[in-house]
Amino acid sequence: MKTLEIYLHIPFCIRKCAYCDFLSAPAGLHTQESYVRALEQEMLGRAEEYQEYQVSTVFIGGGTPSVLKPEWIRQLLDTLRRHYRIAEDAEITMEVNPGTVDSAALTLLHDAGINRLSLGLQSAWDEELKALGRIHTFQQFLEAYKAAVSAGFTHINVDLMSGLPGQTPESYEATLRRVAELAPPPEHISAYSLILEEGTPLAERYAAGTLKLPPEDTERLLYEQTEKILREYGYERYEISNYAQNGCVCRHNVGYWTRENYLGFGIGAASLVENVRFQNGKELQQYLKDPMGQREQMQRLSLAEQMEEYLFLGLRLTEGIGLKDFYETFHYELEQIYGRVIEKHAGEGLLAYTDRERGRFLHLTEKGLDLANYVMADFLEPELP
Amino acid sequence: MSSIDQSKIRNFCIVAHIDHGKSTLADRIIESTGLLTSREMQAQVLDNMDLERERGITIKAQAVRTIYKARDGEEYIFNLIDTPGHVDFNYEVSRSLAACDGAILVVDAAQGIEAQTLANVYLALDHNLDVFPVINKIDLPSAEPQRVIEEIEDVIGLEAQDAPLISAKNGIGIEEVLEQIVHKIPAPGGSPENPLQALIFDSVYDPYKGVIIFCRIMEGTVKKGTLIRMMATGAKEEVVEVGYFGAGQFIPCEELCAGMVGYITASIKNLKDTAVGDTVTDDRNPCKEPLPGYKKVQSMVYCGMYPADGAKYPDLRDALEKLQLNDASLNYEPETSVALGFGFRCGFLGLLHMEIIQERLEREYNLDLVTTAPGVIYKVHKTNGEVISLTNPSNLPDPSEIEYMEEPIVSAEIMVTSEFIGAIMELCQERRGRYLGMEYIEGTRALLKYDLPLNEIIYDFFDALKSRSRGYASFDYDLKGYEQSSLVKLDILINREEVDALSFIVHADSAYERGRRMCEKLKEEIPRHLFEIPIQAAVGGKIIARETVKAMRKDVLAKCYGGDITRKKKLLEKQKEGKKRMRQIGNVEIPQKAFMSVLKLDDRK
Repeated sequence: MKTLEIYLHIPFCIRKCAYCDFLSAPAGLHTQESYVRALEQEMLGRAEEYQEYQVSTVFIGGGTPSVLKPEWIRQLLDTLRRHYRIAEDAEITMEVNPGTVDSAALTLLHDAGINRLSLGLQSAWDEELKALGRIHTFQQFLEAYKAAVSAGFTHINVDLMSGLPGQTPESYEATLRRVAELAPPPEHISAYSLILEEGTPLAERYAAGTLKLPPEDTERLLYEQTEKILREYGYERYEISNYAQNGCVCRHNVGYWTRENYLGFGIGAASLVENVRFQNGKELQQYLKDPMGQREQMQRLSLAEQMEEYLFLGLRLTEGIGLKDFYETFHYELEQIYGRVIEKHAGEGLLAYTDRERGRFLHLTEKGLDLANYVMADFLEPELP
Repeated sequence: MSSIDQSKIRNFCIVAHIDHGKSTLADRIIESTGLLTSREMQAQVLDNMDLERERGITIKAQAVRTIYKARDGEEYIFNLIDTPGHVDFNYEVSRSLAACDGAILVVDAAQGIEAQTLANVYLALDHNLDVFPVINKIDLPSAEPQRVIEEIEDVIGLEAQDAPLISAKNGIGIEEVLEQIVHKIPAPGGSPENPLQALIFDSVYDPYKGVIIFCRIMEGTVKKGTLIRMMATGAKEEVVEVGYFGAGQFIPCEELCAGMVGYITASIKNLKDTAVGDTVTDDRNPCKEPLPGYKKVQSMVYCGMYPADGAKYPDLRDALEKLQLNDASLNYEPETSVALGFGFRCGFLGLLHMEIIQERLEREYNLDLVTTAPGVIYKVHKTNGEVISLTNPSNLPDPSEIEYMEEPIVSAEIMVTSEFIGAIMELCQERRGRYLGMEYIEGTRALLKYDLPLNEIIYDFFDALKSRSRGYASFDYDLKGYEQSSLVKLDILINREEVDALSFIVHADSAYERGRRMCEKLKEEIPRHLFEIPIQAAVGGKIIARETVKAMRKDVLAKCYGGDITRKKKLLEKQKEGKKRMRQIGNVEIPQKAFMSVLKLDDRK
């Protein structure tokens, strides 16, 4: 049976963070509820189209999905269960802001069927959190984490960031260690380098010269620390910014990088189904009026486009790309299409082959992971024989 | 047509400093006379290039003829001849003026006299034109017409008490301007019976008609069948058609005779045969001598132009050929560069001219160009007595063969308000200017006179002038001649390889400073590679400056999830596109714009 991942977008938050360029904004209860109803309508309306798929993962992201009342989350999940074939072992993740939940809410969420939490911490230092415009403190995080564990969550991810205003190698190391030393430790950590996204307050302050970021060499050092320190605690890097213990990767996200089918609900939500990409419009009011009528930018990917995506997404995984899988997917040998590019970057020490049980894999080297864009750009626009 | 009364013709032009309202006044004159109704009127008829394209012929709309019914009840023919406004085209301005009998001087009621006002009015007076002033923009809150009138009388010595006070933009006072054209600009002289003597003030190439000559008939008559001869170039052809200028169209007529302004076509295939300033005569009944003032147009500025994609070399050659058909002052010859491959060394009247050509090549011919730093023509006196005109720094002979070198010098006039005199003098000093004198124009403004080396002003002098005077300084210059100078060739080495396309000639005293800034600028432009790249400036093999592009160590997207993929792919595409626009020098990829960005080594931000 074909599989499908489902993403629900919740475009609400308490307050927009200074670095955030996601589709999200604060909203009143009434708007929130209308949105939940619209989501249900969209899920319902699309159900028949996807009856032949088994849903392997569900991810509720945002925004801050945890601003919604837990009962609404339960209703959304119930709707999904009633109208889609959700696999028994499905991974059902929800993003949670530590400043928005208490133990009652977490218990309700667990009961509703959420089996994986992604907690947005970013830093263990309150000054750094403040500089980012986060609404919570480290103490609040600790409480939320404890409450999540008590509520029964065993699969927890913690989001961290490096390269923050005011961050030092010492403060970052402490953040990493405090999180890795939590009892029980989270099975998964995402650690991102701060990106100044155009149009965010942080980017504007930086451009105006009123925001100081760590100098390049420090930023670089911070980035290198992540892998080294997390390894001490048994976290294995499996993607550019993602680390997991005991192979507990985020199945939903891995699906994005291996080009599984995924279906997004809600405003701005993107989908890829059978090599067609499409996305819902970003206007909240439009969506509330007509949740089914928002699909746009329908793009059927050509074979060459599928290949370039396969490469630039697949190479994000440290495991890399299986030559056998590439052949089975496209009926061309990887070497036949990309021989020259691979040779060039292998020569520079950025790409390498490794033989595993499942055959030969092409992957970025440690140095290559740091220069991923430089390498990936060359995999675009392949010439087919 | 043959019975046109010479006393009812007025041939004139409008002179002004840039932005004082020359084109707008021209529009109003055309609009208020008998050529177009206001409904047909498009803004700035004389400048409108789209109009030309629609008509399928290329006209620079250099002249227009209109009919004005004056208060005395008579109809007058106005020939308004447009003049290019930029110092690059001074020679063309001078030829256009020679085709007129009078000029309207437009002065902005708020800004008063500026450097180009003076330069242009003196040019007009030099051509014995009768000039009358018009005070424009009197509707501006900051307008001070009385002050400007006094300024015109004091500084230029032109009677200005009865100058029309107008707003060309709002159509105020135009009637008075028209009346003054009738009364203050003399009717042309000359006799239709004399041997033909006509001045070429412009010419354009039309694929069907061949060259179309724009001329002013000084003496005699020309009509279909006349065998004409260009006195300077010697070209001879039989006239196919004569006529005058509507707005954006040619209107044929029987004949053109003394005092008239119009066009001639004669199946001439090469624009070079009809040089601006040349005299047209009747080969069977020639005039005794040509009209005075003809000069062969000299290129002042040279640069290398290369197709970004080497395979487009033939396209670039074809495009240059076609542009030259319409712009005789453009010249080019093939050259090769180790860094940039096959291209052309092109000569221009000035930097603006260069930019125009570059833009036309890119827009009209869809070419992607790499341009090297513009340079002037140096005269290299070799020890063996030979003198070469150097247009490409790479061709500089070995220093041991050079006796001495000369560089072109211009006389410059800069008008500036007194508070900025210090800053502007400092700028001229930095640019190796030789102070000649200063005149005060009323209490608060001064005219500074300097001799400046041309190579110091072709890059960014104008920008620097504006930024150091908060936009208030104005500037005009004329080529004066050549002077001996201590010049050296500055070479740039990237990753220890000399890049010929980046070499340029510079005065020995500024070599260090320029080399240093060049390295800094290139450091910004050259992207990081996997290895460290030294950028060095050298004179005669000696390194005088160095910068380093650090090795790239991190270039990665932290996040890429379901909703990001399309956007992130675009980022990678941009990166790939950027790589395509690079030039490979050794194992370093240099963005094409690096070759040009070094032109703008602006000293003070």
